[in-house]
Formats: sequence, structure tokens, C-alpha cells
Amino acid sequence: MFRRTGAVVLAAALSLAGCSAQDTASTGAPSASSTSSAPAVTGALTVFAAASLTESFTQLGKDFEAANPGVKVTFNFAGSSALAQQINSGAPADVFASAAPTNMKQVSDAGGITGDATTFVKNKLEIVVPKGNPAKVTGLADFGKADLKIALCAEQVPCGAAAKKVFETAGITAAPDTLEQDVKAVLTKVKLGEVDAALVYKTDVKAAGSDVEGIEFAEADKAVNDYPIAPLAKAPNAPAAKAFVDFVLSAAGRKVLSDAGFAAP
Amino acid sequence: MTRRAGTRGRLPAVLVVPAVIGLAFLVVPLAGLLVRAPWPTLFDQLSSPAVGEALALSLVCASLATVICLVLGVPLAWLLARGDVPGRGFLRALVTVPLVLPPVVGGVALLLVLGRRGLIGSYLDSWFGISLPFTTTGVVIAEAFVAMPFLVISVEGALRAADPRFEEAAATLGASRWLTFRRVTLPTIMPGIVAGTVLCWARALGEFGATITFAGNFPGRTTTMPLAVYLALETDPDAAIVLSIVLLIVSVVVLASLRDRWIRGAA
Repeated sequence: MFRRTGAVVLAAALSLAGCSAQDTASTGAPSASSTSSAPAVTGALTVFAAASLTESFTQLGKDFEAANPGVKVTFNFAGSSALAQQINSGAPADVFASAAPTNMKQVSDAGGITGDATTFVKNKLEIVVPKGNPAKVTGLADFGKADLKIALCAEQVPCGAAAKKVFETAGITAAPDTLEQDVKAVLTKVKLGEVDAALVYKTDVKAAGSDVEGIEFAEADKAVNDYPIAPLAKAPNAPAAKAFVDFVLSAAGRKVLSDAGFAAP
Repeated sequence: MTRRAGTRGRLPAVLVVPAVIGLAFLVVPLAGLLVRAPWPTLFDQLSSPAVGEALALSLVCASLATVICLVLGVPLAWLLARGDVPGRGFLRALVTVPLVLPPVVGGVALLLVLGRRGLIGSYLDSWFGISLPFTTTGVVIAEAFVAMPFLVISVEGALRAADPRFEEAAATLGASRWLTFRRVTLPTIMPGIVAGTVLCWARALGEFGATITFAGNFPGRTTTMPLAVYLALETDPDAAIVLSIVLLIVSVVVLASLRDRWIRGAA
């Protein structure tokens, strides 16, 4: 965890050194409708984002850099709780995008954000099975079968908490064989065919492509995850932090996120 | 050469200064854990059944993994040091692969070989109905995979440092190679085996990446202490610190007591 932070710091420092002060009249910066016309933003921007945002935020980062020449965006993707701890321990981050309000609250309780966080997307769970669905899983009820190999997220991480809520709603006692440390680890087990079924986010199923198959289920609506985003109080590059959050909330940003499978808040 | 009294004298600063810095570098992070520990709740945490379960599982799995490493690793070290096999240097490099491999990658590699759809695992599954991932056996395998190089390297180093003339003398007196190994080689390299076993056990006890990847995480079955620490860190850093301290204390006590006994026995 700290090694990763170190890498981010290094990357941020390198990109600071490499960027030239550019006199951008930046007319093309797509800012959200509610904000004042964005001033030219430059420099390094460090975004801490939940692991489930890896694909969509990488794309958003590229788009943001294209719209704001002179900005270099660096991401630190990890579990939201690990990110919240890194931020509270003083990691030099500009923006925090969390997969659960709880982790954003940990940061705001510690005085890490000044304003309110904004919910920018919602995500829900989906059943995921290996390609070809070898165990013929049809719905949530199959998760109670002891002879199937089942992977879930551990309750301590957001996707596990959501899974717990889903099973409680459906009145099913799940019989998992493993409780994984994050949603990507669950997906790996499915991709390798080591488990017959698992619960991951809808967006993860989409990102995994043809290696896996997704099965939607009705109870998923009972455990929808809100994703909050906020610029951080101690952001080394506050103008860019604000501009990036506005960009995520803009129409262009929403399009990237909905293409990745996220639902609008 | 120099008399013993001469080598004592004043300690050279060029060695002492880096040694003290090195010691501080290793010990200060542990002090950090102890300072941050929530001492009032420490004993409540200790008495929770989940902690006892994870600790017992950790100790059992690490010990079983160490036994496997001893049974397979000592002969492997002997082969590398004494055996007349072609490409010994290359074999030696291969043995250290698990040291270089990030443990998570090691776990994936184990899944690809021993998993349900793995090269060997698919036959285990279809012929014998044996499935290794997500089982306690899987934990032992993952730990043994990661820890064995530590034993092999220590024992091989001891074998290469040992004087082969004793073995040759035993052979000229008519001892078979097996008898020579048992009665001459083994006692000579015992300190190396002890050091290797300690390293191996300690590495197995702290194993995280390969274990969670290959064996998954399920309380009572595959949740060892390092996995419990990692997951506690997600929601309750204080509990994670307590668990880490428990693991540290237990391992230090076990290593300190056993090591003294073994080394005295071997000397």
C-alpha cells in the first residue's frame, strides 16, 4: 500500500518537473454547467480512485489531459478503504473518488475535504460465471448450494457489504468457498474457472469482456453502491482538482462512465 | 593469525555505525506498531475466537509447510551441492524463482497448475475428485512453495561450505552414500538446516499473497493471521495492529525458544 503511494509521489514529482507552464486560454475545457468558467489549469494532478473505476477513470484522465494541455493526471487505484487510510495518513492526493460513502466519510471526518462530496455514479452487483456457465447457474438461489464453488468479496470491502445485503434481502444463506480481498480478485477466480459463480459489480463484468458471462438478478437493486467524489482539502493542485471533479460530472464525463456500465446517480 | 584478545579491543566505527542504523531500521517499525497499539482492548481482541482460529491455522499450516520443505528441500539442496547433474547452475537459479516472483503471481501460477482447470489440477479433480484451491491443504502448498527456497539456499550453502573430505573418508571406510549422508553430512550441516528451517517457517507464517490467491480466504479453513490482518485493516486498523502484534509475539517466542534448543542440540 505504501509502496504504491511512493510510486504515486514519484510519478507526481516527475510529471511536475516535466511539465512546462503553458499559457492556455483554454476555451475548450469542458466544465460543468454550474461552475464558473474554468481558469487554465496546469501541473500534476493526483487522483485516488476505487479499483472498480480503473478502466473508466483511466479514460477520463486521458480526455481531461486532452482538454487541458499542461495537466498530467496520475492515478492511484486501490480498494477505497486503503485509499482513505492513505489520504488520512497524508498522501499527497488532489481528488478522491470512493466506491462507498463510508470511505469518503472517513476522509471527511478527518477533515480531508472542505465541501460536500458529490455522488457521481451508482453501481450494482451482478452474478458472474465463467465462460459457458459450466455449473448452469441461473440465479441467486444457486449461491446457497454447497457443491458449487462460490467466491464473494469479504464483508470488510464495499462489494462484500453489498453482497451481504443482497443475500439478506433475498433470504438466501450463501455458501461461499472464499471471501476475497477485493472485487478484482473475485473476478480473477472466475476468469480462471476456479469458481462456478461470484458476485461482482456490473461494471466489472463489462470490463472483463468475453472471458466471463454476467447474469442480472432482481435483488441487486436493493444494494446499490453510491460513488462519491470530492477534491481534497490539502490538494497540492487545488484548481486542477476542482476542474477534474467538474469534468467527471460533465456530460462528457458521464458518457464515459455510463459506457462502462455505471448508472447515473 | 591474530590472537583472540587482539580481535576484541575497540569495535571499528565503520562497522558499528551501519550496524546500529541497520538494527534501528529493522526495529523502529515494530516499535511503531507497539506505540499505536490499543492496549486497553488488546486482551479482548486476543480472546475472540476468530483470532484464536486464525492463529492456530497459521501455526499449523506454517509448521506443515516447513515439514514438507524439510523433506523435499534438504535432498534438493544436497542434489544441487553434491549431485553430478548437468546444468546445476541453471537448476540453482530455477530454485530461487519463488523468491523473485511476487507472491500473488506465485499464487496465480499455482492456480494454473493445481487449480480445477490447471495442468495437473484438472486430472486431480476428474480422477480423484481432489480440489486443492480454497482448502487448508491449499494454504500449506502455497506456503511451502514460497518458503522452500529459503531452506534450500541455506542448506546448500552449508553443504558447499562443509569439508567433503570427511564424506570421502567415510566412503573409503566402506560407508554407503546414504549412511554417509545420515551420519557424516547431516550432523555437519545441522546449523545450516536449523537456520534454513527458521527462515522457512517464518516466511510461511507471514505468507499472504500466494495464500490468498491460491487458497482464498475463508475463516477457519484458509484465513491465516496475515489474511486476517489485511482484512481487518480495511475496516478497523486498531484490530489489525493487535493481530499483527499477536503474530509477532508468537513467532518471536517460538523462534527464540526453539532456536536455542536446536542450536544447543546441534553444537
